[in-house]
Amino acid sequence: MTPSDTTGARRPGPRRTATRLGLMAVPLAFFGVFFAYPVAAIVGRGLKDGGQWQFARVGEVLTDPRIGHVLWFTTWQAAASTALTLLLALPGAYVLARLDFPGKQLLRAVVTVPFVLPTVVVGSAFLALLGRGGLLDELWGVRLDTTVWAILLAHVFFNYAVVVRTVGGLWAQLDPRQEEAARVLGASRLAAWRRVTLPALAPAVAAAALMVFLFTFTSFGIVQILGGPRFATLEVEIYQQTAQFLNLPTAAVLTLLQFAAVAALLLVHARTVRRRESTLRLVDASRTARRPRGAAQWALLASVLAVVALLLILPLAVLVERSFDGPDGYGLAYYRSLASAGGTGGTFVVAPLEAIGNSLAYALAATALAVVIGGLAAAALTRREGRLVRGFDALLMLPLGTSAVTVGFGFLIALDEPPLDLRTSWILVPLAQALVGVPFVVRTVLPVLRAVDTRLREAAAVLGASPLRAWREVDLPLVGRALAVAAGFAFAISLGEFGATVFIARPDSPTLPVAVARLLGRPGELPYGQAMALSTILMLVCAVALLVLERVRTDRTGEF
Amino acid sequence: MALGLPALAACGGSGDKSAGGSSKTVTLVSHDSFVASDSVLKEFTKQTGYKVNVVKGGDAGRAVNQAILSKNHPQGDVFFGVDNTLLSRALDNGVFAPYEAKGLDRVPKDLQSDAAEHRVTPVDTGDICVNYDRAYFADHKLAPPQSLDDLAKPEYKNLLVTENAATSSPGLAFQLATAAKYGDNGWQDYWKKLKANGVEVVDGWEQAYNERFSGSAGGKKAKGDKPLVVSYASSPPAEVVGANPLPAEGPTGVATGTCFRQIEFAGLLKGAGNPEGGKALIDFLLSKTFQEDMPLQMYVKPVNQDAALPEVFTKYGAQITAPQTLAPEKIAKNRDQWVKEWSSLVLK
Repeated sequence: MTPSDTTGARRPGPRRTATRLGLMAVPLAFFGVFFAYPVAAIVGRGLKDGGQWQFARVGEVLTDPRIGHVLWFTTWQAAASTALTLLLALPGAYVLARLDFPGKQLLRAVVTVPFVLPTVVVGSAFLALLGRGGLLDELWGVRLDTTVWAILLAHVFFNYAVVVRTVGGLWAQLDPRQEEAARVLGASRLAAWRRVTLPALAPAVAAAALMVFLFTFTSFGIVQILGGPRFATLEVEIYQQTAQFLNLPTAAVLTLLQFAAVAALLLVHARTVRRRESTLRLVDASRTARRPRGAAQWALLASVLAVVALLLILPLAVLVERSFDGPDGYGLAYYRSLASAGGTGGTFVVAPLEAIGNSLAYALAATALAVVIGGLAAAALTRREGRLVRGFDALLMLPLGTSAVTVGFGFLIALDEPPLDLRTSWILVPLAQALVGVPFVVRTVLPVLRAVDTRLREAAAVLGASPLRAWREVDLPLVGRALAVAAGFAFAISLGEFGATVFIARPDSPTLPVAVARLLGRPGELPYGQAMALSTILMLVCAVALLVLERVRTDRTGEF
Repeated sequence: MALGLPALAACGGSGDKSAGGSSKTVTLVSHDSFVASDSVLKEFTKQTGYKVNVVKGGDAGRAVNQAILSKNHPQGDVFFGVDNTLLSRALDNGVFAPYEAKGLDRVPKDLQSDAAEHRVTPVDTGDICVNYDRAYFADHKLAPPQSLDDLAKPEYKNLLVTENAATSSPGLAFQLATAAKYGDNGWQDYWKKLKANGVEVVDGWEQAYNERFSGSAGGKKAKGDKPLVVSYASSPPAEVVGANPLPAEGPTGVATGTCFRQIEFAGLLKGAGNPEGGKALIDFLLSKTFQEDMPLQMYVKPVNQDAALPEVFTKYGAQITAPQTLAPEKIAKNRDQWVKEWSSLVLK
């Protein structure tokens, strides 16, 4: 270690720069090959349609008033969805981080279940609540389907877990004694929270907001199903131009427009966050949570549970109810038909056990990839210096804000020759899912890594620890929880089939969401019921997998 | 031997095109709706020694576009599932290599859209038609509509739900039916009348059929409120498949004067790694074995005149005698423009 480090002047020495570049190499290569190259290929093909640069198209598309309208709708619905999600989910993050109550682990898993459900199924459940003849309609005569509210509420449904997990992950590790100290010094509860806790949480809140915004900015299925054809986001527009009309020039311009919007957002985010991040005192999460005390905490817990029950569990319950509502009354008819090769002509449209196996195998591979790559990237990004680092940070976030169909079709034309003919290889699926998982890992781990007091590392160095050993002994224990939270995300992302692979043809090894979508695409009593039954199985698989993951985490943090 | 074959095939994988025709795997690229009985695919392996590897890529439109984009390095040997609404785009982009399939003589001439060059082979037909909920019309003592004209009549106000022509293939087919019936400059007026008569447009078939249509199994659970929906002529038989005992009459029927005929084709992909296997597979798609398996797997009708329809089709399906049709070239020429016009006319 150079002396300058211990005096606090954070100028990178050549050795540190080398280490950092080394850490960046794998994530950079990954994003270069599986994101930048395919996207550049498809955008390039579009802009150079027929061997001629199509720059005239840029002006044509950008001056189309309809596109302006689409961009405006895309942006404001994403902003509104983000605000609404934060409003409803931040209390949830607090409750799950700081309060101790029976069934907490289960609740944490349950709020993540929506994240993995196929949009077509969720759309159906929401219509049953908000639509004609739905619960709201019967109780108060209120119908929200085909209004923007249905879209916004469904976005909250999907993204609740993003806020709870990202913010809650850090919140649980903040030392409560700091806030207590402020109160002892005379600050009111609110003032103590606003002055002490909120600034500490700001980076995590900003990270969660950024991810929710990007997810809703590129929202596709929900907007189509709940909004109807009158509402279109840029994502829907790019999908139509690419997958339906094969109008690559227009799609390319729209992709660039999407890039520009996302880049602007990332810039704003980087500027706001840079000023907020600070070193924090982190403690073991298991020591911060306690039983609710006082009327206010009980009321908060009750209201969070009420929101979760109404907005998250009720739609899920609709699906479960339908899965049991068989032709001869309630029963297991659909589940039984999934287990026996029945249905149509003696074959499975999909074999359910195989789909569960595929889903789990893909999810494990995608999680491993995302954690390794995202972990390396976060380690490289721990110290915020240099434009290079900030650019790298933004690059990692870009896939969240890029149309999946763009990436998918990019794969199709870019990864088509040896040694990279991966189009029909199973590995492409977890790779594509890791593209979406890595940003989550980075955004979950980074606030914690950056909050680690540098002096701890320096103390380790002074005591003779190598940088690797210092990282293992200082950073890893504190970051272990965040890594586990991030792994849960990556796992859910993969189970939910996020990623560009949905948009390319691939060998027929359907995952659970694919199987559900295929069943819903067939007419008749049995496929519909089977789709509902498989959706219920998907929820169970997700909840159980996350509970197991939580358990592994608790055991591990217990060691530290 | 029985154990050895699949293992070998698995090693070879679909990406293995280097074997130059000696590969024992033939890869079929298709859309998500492709389903065939295992026993039928095994029969093909028994006859030819080739194992079929299926690669699926989204809905029909997306799958065709993928085939076009990857034409320099095709993902397989045979593509199945390009229909007459997309055929010209695929042919113009040179995706297919000519091959005259064995068994074409048993296929009606009017289905052979590329009879001169044989770049594609017709495999099945399906009609997109308005379906109606029998119970609703019986309860309301109203005769179900039979023709496109009927749909614009006041007694059917607010009863029809259809799909977005820009995103859904039945939605597009229904628009094409109206263009075929009322002409290039007449369909717009018809849609204005439909709109005034309260036609509802949702994004996809799943929403229209499973959520809004009151006659389908899904729609009953979702309390669907529209007794008329744009779906397939084969949807009524599908509604009774699996019922035990079979009802005297299905819950839904077909308005036979509202149909548009889709023909689905298969073709040998240019640059296929295993063209011989591909040709054998195309022959097999026309065989009686495959053709008789299709109806209950994909809810389409065989093109081979020797293939018999299953009983649920003959008993619960409707005979569509005069569907609307349009030449693929005409569709290719007008499709995007019509969809654009339709969107601004109907969705605004």
